[in-house]
Amino acid sequence: MKYRGNAIKYGDNVDTDVIIPARYLNTSDHRELAAHCMEDLDSSFVGRVKEGDIMVAGANFGCGSSREHAPIAIKASGISMVIAGSFARIFYRNAINIGLAIVECPEAAAGISEGDEVEADMDSGIIRDLTTGKEYRTQPFPEFIQKIIENGGLMQSVTNGIIK
Amino acid sequence: MGMTMTQKILAAHSGLDTVSAGQLILAELDLVLGNDITSPVAIKEFAKLGTDGVFDRDKVTMVMDHFVPNKDIKAAEQCRMCRGFCAEHGITHFYDVGQMGIEHALLPEKGLVTAGDCVIGADSHTCTYGALGAFSTGVGSTDMACGMATGKAWFRVPPAIRFVLAGKPRRYVSGKDIILHIIGMIGVDGALYSSMEFTGDGLKHLSVSDRLCIANMAIEAGAKNGIFEVDDITLEYLRLHGAATPKIYSADPDASYEKTYTIDISAIEPTVAFPHLPENAKVFGEFGDIPIDQVVIGSCTNGRLEDLAAAAEILKNRKCAKNVRVIVIPATQRIYLEALERGYIRTFIEAGAVVSTPTCGPCLGGYMGVLAEGERAVSTTNRNFVGRMGHPTSEVYLASPAVAAASAVTGRLTSPWELEKEAAK
Repeated sequence: MKYRGNAIKYGDNVDTDVIIPARYLNTSDHRELAAHCMEDLDSSFVGRVKEGDIMVAGANFGCGSSREHAPIAIKASGISMVIAGSFARIFYRNAINIGLAIVECPEAAAGISEGDEVEADMDSGIIRDLTTGKEYRTQPFPEFIQKIIENGGLMQSVTNGIIK
Repeated sequence: MGMTMTQKILAAHSGLDTVSAGQLILAELDLVLGNDITSPVAIKEFAKLGTDGVFDRDKVTMVMDHFVPNKDIKAAEQCRMCRGFCAEHGITHFYDVGQMGIEHALLPEKGLVTAGDCVIGADSHTCTYGALGAFSTGVGSTDMACGMATGKAWFRVPPAIRFVLAGKPRRYVSGKDIILHIIGMIGVDGALYSSMEFTGDGLKHLSVSDRLCIANMAIEAGAKNGIFEVDDITLEYLRLHGAATPKIYSADPDASYEKTYTIDISAIEPTVAFPHLPENAKVFGEFGDIPIDQVVIGSCTNGRLEDLAAAAEILKNRKCAKNVRVIVIPATQRIYLEALERGYIRTFIEAGAVVSTPTCGPCLGGYMGVLAEGERAVSTTNRNFVGRMGHPTSEVYLASPAVAAASAVTGRLTSPWELEKEAAK
């Protein structure tokens, strides 16, 4: 699976409270959540994000709460994938489980600039910054996780008998 | 190669003799937890499976604690959805207003977790139960749905960091100061993907309340779980609360740890985490006067009886400072009642504080104490991220109940040691 889009860049420790503030957790409606995505960190995000854009951030992305509303809000906002230096572990699981593509690559996270056009190939683990021409390599997902993603997420994996 | 406490529990729950860090396993679950925020998403996912029911109606629990008593119509609808699901599936341990408490205070109190258990909860602070020698970790709603249906969850076996605690904490120094000190030392991603395993002679000076508080904040260091070695203090607690027969898993002598920290807890001082990360730990003397607008004493981190006792001891025969709103939230109904019987509630009210029914409300900026632009709070909760308790420019200082109570009296961030010195004059 390949993703291509422009980078929207943030720093380290982007927490789930800024991804989707708890005051909006009285709903699980995807569009409503997307309308407030990143609000407390970057009030311009919702206005400028385009379908397919790639979020690029530093270390410990998604730290804090277990709210699945966070990856849901990012996905529903149009972001096609998140590249980060590292991910907080619950966010990492949640993203896989709901089918938001994520990849851990500290070099790409540091090297890519805001607005760069980025292409990421999840099968080979190669990330290309088409604006600068730089290429970054990262580990593709382990087979077990690839199976979950190929089956369209965790629930589908259960339905399809991948997890019994 | 030997195994850590966590690895032994995971091996036992996946039918394997041994596991090692990095291995992917499918583990049997002893308990699956959700709350009124995360369960609705899980219930919707669960419906997609088209299964007949939950894997075990005694091993699924839902606690309505985040936005209850309902803060608005949408919150009420979310609770109704949970109530309906639990009625339909005959869930034994459904806790609604009147029986509920803050989930991570309630479950140990009800004896629903025992040593050796494997627990997931759709709440990041599910790591709290590691205090009782269980493997317990926070997950999202989809994992919760899958867990409810199958009684299983996949895990990558974590590596571990060992914390050997030595010595006896000084007066007014609690589990909160210890964990803030540790997070200050290793950072908010210092234990990313790893277990934090707590052991050492110092454990005998740490109550179960202190341990629950420390394990609760393992997630704030990025950990998958925090776990304490089981001792007589754990076993006595489990017995008193009617928990199932404990299974004790001790780390092998040759277990592999990525790092071992030996911490003299007798040297730890009252500690405060400054905005906007729990790793910004400072001790008094490292900062000047910080006036405050609000104090919150409660939450899954510090809403237990011992926490209220520490606050009441300081607030007894004292008044909260003018212009400081002080909100005290006993974490469960039982704690509330005991605090009432011991006179703590009278102390709080006479000091000028308000006392609320159990709720997570203010901790996550939900309701019951939302901060205005630029306001500052000292809070015994667990996160001080941007906008966590309200306006994005408001500030949260994380501290122990003793520091929070001392600050309530002076109206500025204050060490209980300072207050004690003043009183002795």
